[in-house]
Amino acid sequence: MKQYLEDLNKAFENRLRIGIMSALVVNESLDFNALKDLLGATDGNLASHLKALEKVGYVEFQKSFVGRKPNTSYTATSIGKTAFDQHLIALEKLINRNK
Amino acid sequence: MAKEKEYLEDIAAIRSIMERSSQFISLSGMAGVMAGIYALVGSFAAYKIIYSSDHVLYDDIRQYYLSPGVVQLIGIAAFVLLASIVTAFLLSKRKAKRDGRKFPDAIAIRLALNFLIPLVTGGLFVGIMVLKGNFSVIAPATLIFYGLALVQASKYTFKDVKVLGMAEISIGLLAAWLHGYALWFWAVGFGLLHIVYGIFMYLKYEK
Repeated sequence: MKQYLEDLNKAFENRLRIGIMSALVVNESLDFNALKDLLGATDGNLASHLKALEKVGYVEFQKSFVGRKPNTSYTATSIGKTAFDQHLIALEKLINRNK
Repeated sequence: MAKEKEYLEDIAAIRSIMERSSQFISLSGMAGVMAGIYALVGSFAAYKIIYSSDHVLYDDIRQYYLSPGVVQLIGIAAFVLLASIVTAFLLSKRKAKRDGRKFPDAIAIRLALNFLIPLVTGGLFVGIMVLKGNFSVIAPATLIFYGLALVQASKYTFKDVKVLGMAEISIGLLAAWLHGYALWFWAVGFGLLHIVYGIFMYLKYEK
Protein backbone atom coordinates (compact mmCIF):
# COMPACT_ATOMS: atom_id res chain seq x y z
CA MET A 1 0.00 0.00 0.00
CA LYS A 2 2.68 2.42 1.04
CA GLN A 3 4.69 1.75 -2.08
CA TYR A 4 1.73 2.56 -4.30
CA LEU A 5 1.24 5.84 -2.52
CA GLU A 6 4.83 6.73 -3.26
CA ASP A 7 4.15 6.23 -6.94
CA LEU A 8 1.67 9.08 -6.90
CA ASN A 9 3.37 12.11 -8.28
CA LYS A 10 3.50 15.06 -5.91
CA ALA A 11 3.35 17.44 -8.85
CA PHE A 12 -0.18 16.18 -9.57
CA GLU A 13 -1.60 16.51 -6.07
CA ASN A 14 -3.66 19.49 -7.07
CA ARG A 15 -6.89 18.97 -8.99
CA LEU A 16 -6.22 21.91 -11.30
CA ARG A 17 -2.80 20.53 -12.26
CA ILE A 18 -4.41 17.19 -13.04
CA GLY A 19 -6.89 19.07 -15.19
CA ILE A 20 -4.17 20.94 -17.05
CA MET A 21 -2.27 17.73 -17.79
CA SER A 22 -5.43 15.86 -18.84
CA ALA A 23 -6.22 18.55 -21.37
CA LEU A 24 -2.65 18.82 -22.69
CA VAL A 25 -2.05 15.11 -23.23
CA VAL A 26 -5.03 14.81 -25.59
CA ASN A 27 -4.41 18.09 -27.42
CA GLU A 28 -1.34 19.12 -29.38
CA SER A 29 -1.39 22.47 -27.64
CA LEU A 30 -3.90 24.76 -25.95
CA ASP A 31 -3.70 28.47 -25.28
CA PHE A 32 -4.23 30.09 -21.91
CA ASN A 33 -7.82 31.12 -22.54
CA ALA A 34 -8.85 27.71 -23.83
CA LEU A 35 -7.46 26.14 -20.67
CA LYS A 36 -9.20 28.75 -18.55
CA ASP A 37 -12.59 28.10 -20.19
CA LEU A 38 -12.14 24.38 -20.01
CA LEU A 39 -11.10 24.20 -16.38
CA GLY A 40 -13.14 27.09 -15.07
CA ALA A 41 -10.11 28.50 -13.25
CA THR A 42 -9.18 32.07 -12.43
CA ASP A 43 -6.28 33.71 -14.27
CA GLY A 44 -4.00 33.82 -11.24
CA ASN A 45 -4.70 30.31 -10.10
CA LEU A 46 -4.20 28.83 -13.55
CA ALA A 47 -1.02 30.81 -14.16
CA SER A 48 0.57 29.73 -10.89
CA HIS A 49 -0.16 26.06 -11.47
CA LEU A 50 1.06 26.24 -15.06
CA LYS A 51 4.25 27.79 -13.73
CA ALA A 52 4.66 24.96 -11.23
CA LEU A 53 4.26 22.35 -13.97
CA GLU A 54 6.66 24.27 -16.16
CA LYS A 55 9.25 24.32 -13.37
CA VAL A 56 9.33 20.51 -13.16
CA GLY A 57 9.57 20.35 -16.96
CA TYR A 58 6.16 18.81 -17.61
CA VAL A 59 4.78 21.71 -19.59
CA GLU A 60 6.32 24.17 -22.00
CA PHE A 61 4.91 27.24 -23.61
CA GLN A 62 5.30 29.25 -26.75
CA LYS A 63 4.48 32.91 -27.11
CA SER A 64 3.14 34.27 -30.34
CA PHE A 65 0.89 36.99 -31.64
CA VAL A 66 -2.65 36.53 -32.90
CA GLY A 67 -3.16 39.78 -34.73
CA ARG A 68 -1.98 42.26 -32.14
CA LYS A 69 -2.84 40.19 -29.11
CA PRO A 70 -0.12 38.19 -27.41
CA ASN A 71 -1.03 34.54 -27.19
CA THR A 72 0.61 31.86 -25.08
CA SER A 73 0.06 28.26 -26.03
CA TYR A 74 0.98 25.39 -23.77
CA THR A 75 2.19 21.91 -24.65
CA ALA A 76 2.87 18.86 -22.50
CA THR A 77 6.50 17.72 -22.78
CA SER A 78 7.27 14.05 -23.33
CA ILE A 79 8.57 13.87 -19.73
CA GLY A 80 5.28 15.38 -18.59
CA LYS A 81 3.23 12.90 -20.60
CA THR A 82 5.16 9.94 -19.21
CA ALA A 83 4.89 11.26 -15.67
CA PHE A 84 1.15 11.78 -16.07
CA ASP A 85 0.68 8.27 -17.48
CA GLN A 86 2.52 6.83 -14.51
CA HIS A 87 0.40 8.88 -12.17
CA LEU A 88 -2.75 7.49 -13.82
CA ILE A 89 -1.46 3.93 -13.48
CA ALA A 90 -0.69 4.55 -9.80
CA LEU A 91 -4.18 5.96 -9.23
CA GLU A 92 -5.72 2.95 -10.91
CA LYS A 93 -3.68 0.51 -8.82
CA LEU A 94 -4.67 2.28 -5.63
CA ILE A 95 -8.32 2.07 -6.48
CA ASN A 96 -8.14 -1.57 -7.49
CA ARG A 97 -6.15 -2.37 -4.38
CA ASN A 98 -8.82 -1.04 -2.07
CA LYS A 99 -11.65 -2.86 -3.75
CA MET B 1 -10.99 5.15 2.99
CA ALA B 2 -11.53 8.85 2.45
CA LYS B 3 -8.54 8.97 0.13
CA GLU B 4 -10.02 6.42 -2.19
CA LYS B 5 -13.00 8.61 -2.94
CA GLU B 6 -10.61 11.36 -3.86
CA TYR B 7 -8.77 9.14 -6.34
CA LEU B 8 -12.02 8.14 -7.96
CA GLU B 9 -12.97 11.78 -8.29
CA ASP B 10 -9.57 12.49 -9.83
CA ILE B 11 -10.11 9.80 -12.43
CA ALA B 12 -13.62 11.06 -13.22
CA ALA B 13 -12.33 14.61 -13.60
CA ILE B 14 -9.49 13.46 -15.88
CA ARG B 15 -11.86 11.56 -18.13
CA SER B 16 -14.32 14.43 -18.37
CA ILE B 17 -11.62 17.00 -19.19
CA MET B 18 -10.03 14.77 -21.81
CA GLU B 19 -13.39 14.35 -23.52
CA ARG B 20 -14.46 17.96 -23.25
CA SER B 21 -11.12 19.33 -24.46
CA SER B 22 -10.73 17.09 -27.49
CA GLN B 23 -14.30 16.54 -28.65
CA PHE B 24 -17.06 18.87 -29.66
CA ILE B 25 -20.16 17.33 -28.13
CA SER B 26 -22.68 20.11 -28.69
CA LEU B 27 -23.53 18.79 -32.13
CA SER B 28 -27.25 18.12 -32.14
CA GLY B 29 -28.92 15.18 -33.83
CA MET B 30 -31.79 17.48 -34.71
CA ALA B 31 -29.44 19.46 -36.96
CA GLY B 32 -28.91 16.28 -38.99
CA VAL B 33 -32.65 15.68 -39.29
CA MET B 34 -33.27 19.27 -40.41
CA ALA B 35 -30.42 19.15 -42.96
CA GLY B 36 -31.94 15.97 -44.33
CA ILE B 37 -35.37 17.57 -44.66
CA TYR B 38 -33.94 20.63 -46.44
CA ALA B 39 -32.07 18.33 -48.84
CA LEU B 40 -35.16 16.26 -49.60
CA VAL B 41 -37.29 19.35 -50.21
CA GLY B 42 -34.46 20.79 -52.34
CA SER B 43 -34.10 17.58 -54.37
CA PHE B 44 -37.84 17.47 -54.99
CA ALA B 45 -37.89 21.10 -56.14
CA ALA B 46 -34.87 20.49 -58.39
CA TYR B 47 -36.57 17.43 -59.85
CA LYS B 48 -39.64 19.52 -60.69
CA ILE B 49 -37.56 22.23 -62.34
CA ILE B 50 -35.37 19.89 -64.36
CA TYR B 51 -38.18 17.72 -65.66
CA SER B 52 -40.73 20.44 -66.27
CA SER B 53 -38.23 22.52 -68.25
CA ASP B 54 -38.90 22.59 -71.98
CA HIS B 55 -35.23 22.12 -72.79
CA VAL B 56 -32.16 20.48 -71.26
CA LEU B 57 -30.78 22.80 -68.58
CA TYR B 58 -27.28 21.35 -68.89
CA ASP B 59 -27.09 22.88 -72.35
CA ASP B 60 -27.68 26.33 -70.82
CA ILE B 61 -24.77 25.90 -68.44
CA ARG B 62 -22.57 24.57 -71.22
CA GLN B 63 -23.21 27.77 -73.13
CA TYR B 64 -22.71 29.84 -69.98
CA TYR B 65 -26.32 30.89 -70.27
CA LEU B 66 -27.95 31.58 -66.92
CA SER B 67 -31.50 30.67 -67.84
CA PRO B 68 -34.20 31.03 -65.16
CA GLY B 69 -34.08 27.27 -64.61
CA VAL B 70 -30.34 27.28 -63.99
CA VAL B 71 -30.61 30.22 -61.60
CA GLN B 72 -33.34 28.39 -59.69
CA LEU B 73 -31.19 25.27 -59.38
CA ILE B 74 -28.22 27.25 -58.08
CA GLY B 75 -30.56 29.05 -55.69
CA ILE B 76 -31.94 25.79 -54.33
CA ALA B 77 -28.46 24.34 -53.81
CA ALA B 78 -27.27 27.49 -52.05
CA PHE B 79 -30.39 27.58 -49.88
CA VAL B 80 -30.04 23.94 -48.79
CA LEU B 81 -26.38 24.42 -47.93
CA LEU B 82 -26.88 27.70 -46.07
CA ALA B 83 -29.99 26.56 -44.21
CA SER B 84 -28.19 23.39 -43.07
CA ILE B 85 -25.16 25.30 -41.81
CA VAL B 86 -27.21 27.97 -40.04
CA THR B 87 -29.44 25.33 -38.42
CA ALA B 88 -26.44 23.30 -37.23
CA PHE B 89 -24.85 26.45 -35.84
CA LEU B 90 -27.97 27.62 -33.99
CA LEU B 91 -28.84 24.20 -32.58
CA SER B 92 -25.24 23.65 -31.42
CA LYS B 93 -25.30 27.04 -29.78
CA ARG B 94 -28.52 26.20 -27.98
CA LYS B 95 -27.24 22.83 -26.84
CA ALA B 96 -23.95 24.33 -25.63
CA LYS B 97 -25.83 26.96 -23.67
CA ARG B 98 -28.07 24.37 -22.06
CA ASP B 99 -25.02 22.34 -21.00
CA GLY B 100 -23.26 25.43 -19.71
CA ARG B 101 -20.53 25.38 -22.35
CA LYS B 102 -19.02 28.21 -24.30
CA PHE B 103 -19.80 28.34 -28.02
CA PRO B 104 -17.99 28.50 -30.30
CA ASP B 105 -15.01 27.32 -28.25
CA ALA B 106 -11.52 26.36 -29.45
CA ILE B 107 -12.55 22.81 -30.25
CA ALA B 108 -15.58 23.93 -32.29
CA ILE B 109 -13.32 26.13 -34.39
CA ARG B 110 -10.85 23.29 -34.90
CA LEU B 111 -13.73 21.04 -35.91
CA ALA B 112 -15.05 23.61 -38.39
CA LEU B 113 -11.62 24.14 -39.99
CA ASN B 114 -10.99 20.43 -40.41
CA PHE B 115 -14.45 19.95 -41.87
CA LEU B 116 -14.13 22.88 -44.25
CA ILE B 117 -10.80 21.97 -45.86
CA PRO B 118 -12.05 18.89 -47.75
CA LEU B 119 -15.48 20.45 -48.23
CA VAL B 120 -14.24 23.67 -49.85
CA THR B 121 -11.76 21.69 -51.95
CA GLY B 122 -14.67 19.59 -53.21
CA GLY B 123 -16.80 22.66 -53.87
CA LEU B 124 -14.06 24.29 -55.93
CA PHE B 125 -13.34 21.07 -57.77
CA VAL B 126 -16.99 20.59 -58.71
CA GLY B 127 -17.24 24.25 -59.74
CA ILE B 128 -14.25 23.93 -62.04
CA MET B 129 -15.58 20.72 -63.56
CA VAL B 130 -18.96 22.32 -64.22
CA LEU B 131 -17.32 25.30 -65.93
CA LYS B 132 -15.43 22.83 -68.10
CA GLY B 133 -18.72 21.22 -69.05
CA ASN B 134 -18.41 18.05 -67.00
CA PHE B 135 -21.73 17.63 -65.20
CA SER B 136 -21.66 13.93 -64.44
CA VAL B 137 -19.13 14.62 -61.68
CA ILE B 138 -21.45 16.83 -59.61
CA ALA B 139 -23.37 14.22 -57.64
CA PRO B 140 -20.56 11.73 -56.98
CA ALA B 141 -17.96 14.40 -56.18
CA THR B 142 -20.17 16.39 -53.80
CA LEU B 143 -21.09 13.20 -51.93
CA ILE B 144 -17.50 11.90 -51.81
CA PHE B 145 -15.92 15.18 -50.68
CA TYR B 146 -18.67 15.70 -48.10
CA GLY B 147 -18.03 12.18 -46.80
CA LEU B 148 -14.28 12.86 -46.58
CA ALA B 149 -15.01 16.10 -44.71
CA LEU B 150 -17.15 14.19 -42.20
CA VAL B 151 -14.48 11.51 -41.68
CA GLN B 152 -11.93 14.25 -41.06
CA ALA B 153 -14.26 16.13 -38.68
CA SER B 154 -15.10 12.98 -36.73
CA LYS B 155 -11.71 13.18 -35.01
CA TYR B 156 -13.03 16.18 -33.11
CA THR B 157 -16.55 15.09 -32.31
CA PHE B 158 -18.69 11.98 -31.88
CA LYS B 159 -17.10 8.95 -33.53
CA ASP B 160 -20.49 8.14 -35.11
CA VAL B 161 -19.89 10.99 -37.57
CA LYS B 162 -17.22 8.82 -39.18
CA VAL B 163 -19.81 6.15 -39.99
CA LEU B 164 -22.00 8.76 -41.67
CA GLY B 165 -18.95 9.95 -43.63
CA MET B 166 -18.14 6.43 -44.83
CA ALA B 167 -21.75 5.97 -45.91
CA GLU B 168 -21.66 9.25 -47.90
CA ILE B 169 -18.42 8.17 -49.60
CA SER B 170 -19.96 4.80 -50.54
CA ILE B 171 -23.04 6.43 -52.01
CA GLY B 172 -20.81 8.87 -53.90
CA LEU B 173 -18.82 6.02 -55.43
CA LEU B 174 -22.04 4.24 -56.33
CA ALA B 175 -23.31 7.44 -57.97
CA ALA B 176 -20.10 7.59 -60.02
CA TRP B 177 -20.68 4.01 -61.15
CA LEU B 178 -24.36 4.30 -62.00
CA HIS B 179 -24.83 7.30 -64.21
CA GLY B 180 -28.10 9.08 -64.69
CA TYR B 181 -29.50 8.79 -61.19
CA ALA B 182 -27.66 11.80 -59.78
CA LEU B 183 -30.65 13.40 -58.12
CA TRP B 184 -31.74 10.13 -56.52
CA PHE B 185 -28.32 9.49 -55.02
CA TRP B 186 -28.26 13.05 -53.86
CA ALA B 187 -31.62 12.73 -52.15
CA VAL B 188 -30.51 9.51 -50.44
CA GLY B 189 -27.05 10.79 -49.44
CA PHE B 190 -27.93 14.27 -48.28
CA GLY B 191 -31.56 13.67 -47.37
CA LEU B 192 -32.32 10.19 -46.12
CA LEU B 193 -28.93 9.46 -44.53
CA HIS B 194 -28.99 12.71 -42.56
CA ILE B 195 -32.46 12.03 -41.23
CA VAL B 196 -31.62 8.46 -40.18
CA TYR B 197 -28.32 9.58 -38.66
CA GLY B 198 -29.94 12.52 -36.87
CA ILE B 199 -32.64 10.39 -35.28
CA PHE B 200 -30.02 7.82 -34.26
CA MET B 201 -27.85 10.50 -32.63
CA TYR B 202 -30.81 12.08 -30.90
CA LEU B 203 -31.90 8.78 -29.39
CA LYS B 204 -28.35 7.81 -28.43
CA TYR B 205 -27.11 11.03 -26.82
CA GLU B 206 -29.94 13.44 -26.19
CA LYS B 207 -32.83 11.42 -24.86
